[in-house]
Amino acid sequence: MRFEVATSVADAVRLLAAEPGTARVLAGGTDVLVQLRSGMVEPALVVDIKRIAGMRDIVAEAGGFRIGAAVSGAELGEHAGVRAMWPGVVEAMELIGSTQVQGRATLAGNLCNASPAADSVPAMVAAEAVARVAGPDGERDVPVAAIPSGPGRTTLARGEFITSIFLPARPARSSDAYLRFIPRTEMDIAVCSAGVSLTLGADGTCTAARVALGAVAPTVVLVPEAGAALVGTTLGTEALDALAAACAAAAKPIDDKRGTVAFRKKVAGVLARRATIIAAERARAEA
Amino acid sequence: MSRIHVNTTVNGDAVDFLCEPDETLLDALRNRLGLTGSKEGCGTGDCGACSVTLDGRLVCSCLVLAAEAEGRAVGTIEGMAEGEALHPLQQKFIEHAALQCGVCTPGILVAAKALLEKNPDPTETEVRYWLAGNLCRCTGYDKIIRAVMDTAADLRRA
Ligand SMILES: Cc1cc2nc3c(=O)[nH]c(=O)nc-3n(C[C@H](O)[C@H](O)[C@H](O)COP(=O)(O)OP(=O)(O)OC[C@H]3O[C@@H](n4cnc5c(N)ncnc54)[C@H](O)[C@@H]3O)c2cc1C
Repeated sequence: MRFEVATSVADAVRLLAAEPGTARVLAGGTDVLVQLRSGMVEPALVVDIKRIAGMRDIVAEAGGFRIGAAVSGAELGEHAGVRAMWPGVVEAMELIGSTQVQGRATLAGNLCNASPAADSVPAMVAAEAVARVAGPDGERDVPVAAIPSGPGRTTLARGEFITSIFLPARPARSSDAYLRFIPRTEMDIAVCSAGVSLTLGADGTCTAARVALGAVAPTVVLVPEAGAALVGTTLGTEALDALAAACAAAAKPIDDKRGTVAFRKKVAGVLARRATIIAAERARAEA
Repeated sequence: MSRIHVNTTVNGDAVDFLCEPDETLLDALRNRLGLTGSKEGCGTGDCGACSVTLDGRLVCSCLVLAAEAEGRAVGTIEGMAEGEALHPLQQKFIEHAALQCGVCTPGILVAAKALLEKNPDPTETEVRYWLAGNLCRCTGYDKIIRAVMDTAADLRRA
């Protein structure tokens, strides 16, 4: 294995593109190191992107925030601006691992590790976050939802990597929330999870909503029917029942030691309902 | 594999070592620098016995490549006491018998110190969550939590 420290985005792209064998980008390393040490992957090349200028910055842009690909969960959580605008994305990221893991883990790493249970991903998908991808053909912006293509697989081509994640501006009375189910309170993998982002009108009617589920399909899934069930309502019982039903229908989970199909389908709706209530409370408090 | 020459700072002292590209910081600390206070419990970031600070951030040194330490500041358990004078946390852990076998203790002390530097007045819940990534199979945690709370109270009075 070769270890290289990229000095610029172009340098990283050049190193990654030139490697004929398995190459791995190294951000916080909380997945890469575990996989390396267990022999799950034997990369020929590891490229550390943390020393590239700007990679650890959070910058206000177009009313939203651009988060560098090497910003850790701890750093994200300490950013008052992102916390206020996207509390659901921040709480999802902060659920990842322990204090020690938070010191290193990144949003982009969580996304590119492509676990169906990745905690920050449903929240980012609900937020309509956009990944900026650098590669041999230049830069492109890709919706976060389009990055994972299956467990452990992404749509990134050879030589490509994510340089930042963009969280867009929000209208007034907008907020988000993320909930996961785990059998304990800390340090576990989601059995099922839900991220909800919504906007309320001045009269309290929901004018926009996006709902995404984790750990119920090979990738995180956006559930447009669940969002549609909320829009135009004041988020009463009927709307929340319709939302839960849409989530249960969209969930295509597997049976495993962590949970059964029936349990995950049911809990997907429960979590989406609760996350909707929290997001709505936050949106009202925001006004 | 060609070795990498790393210049770094450990507990305030400039040090350098040669390491393999896939060597962890934990292995370099223990095997290259003789700093065996940090332990390997699980090697997968779950137990926290290898906790150190990297530029002031608490991390698992088993999940950091040694080569990543280049130009950074590493803080380990060996930097906690000042000569023979124990750090207040170390003193309290002895008083409260907050350790038995001792394998988790260095990591817990480094983690607790990082907490009190960030938050001098934590609630019990905050201490428990902060230390959720440090496993102890002997004490049942209560004594550890009490030792940390007691140290925090003492340091606030000092
Ligand atoms: C003890 C422990 C507990 C954990 N708990 C959770 C949890 O509760 N929830 C959860 O979701 N995850 C959890 N994880 C997994 C992991 O911490 C997260 O997935 C984390 O967000 C990964 O980020 P990283 O920066 O460390 O990624 P890395 O390990 O650096 O990289 C992960 C993958 O993404 C690729 N990659 C990284 N950055 C980029 C980039 N910018 N562009 C392209 N590819 C990139 C890497 O090549 C690698 O394949 C846990 C891990 C540990 C060790």
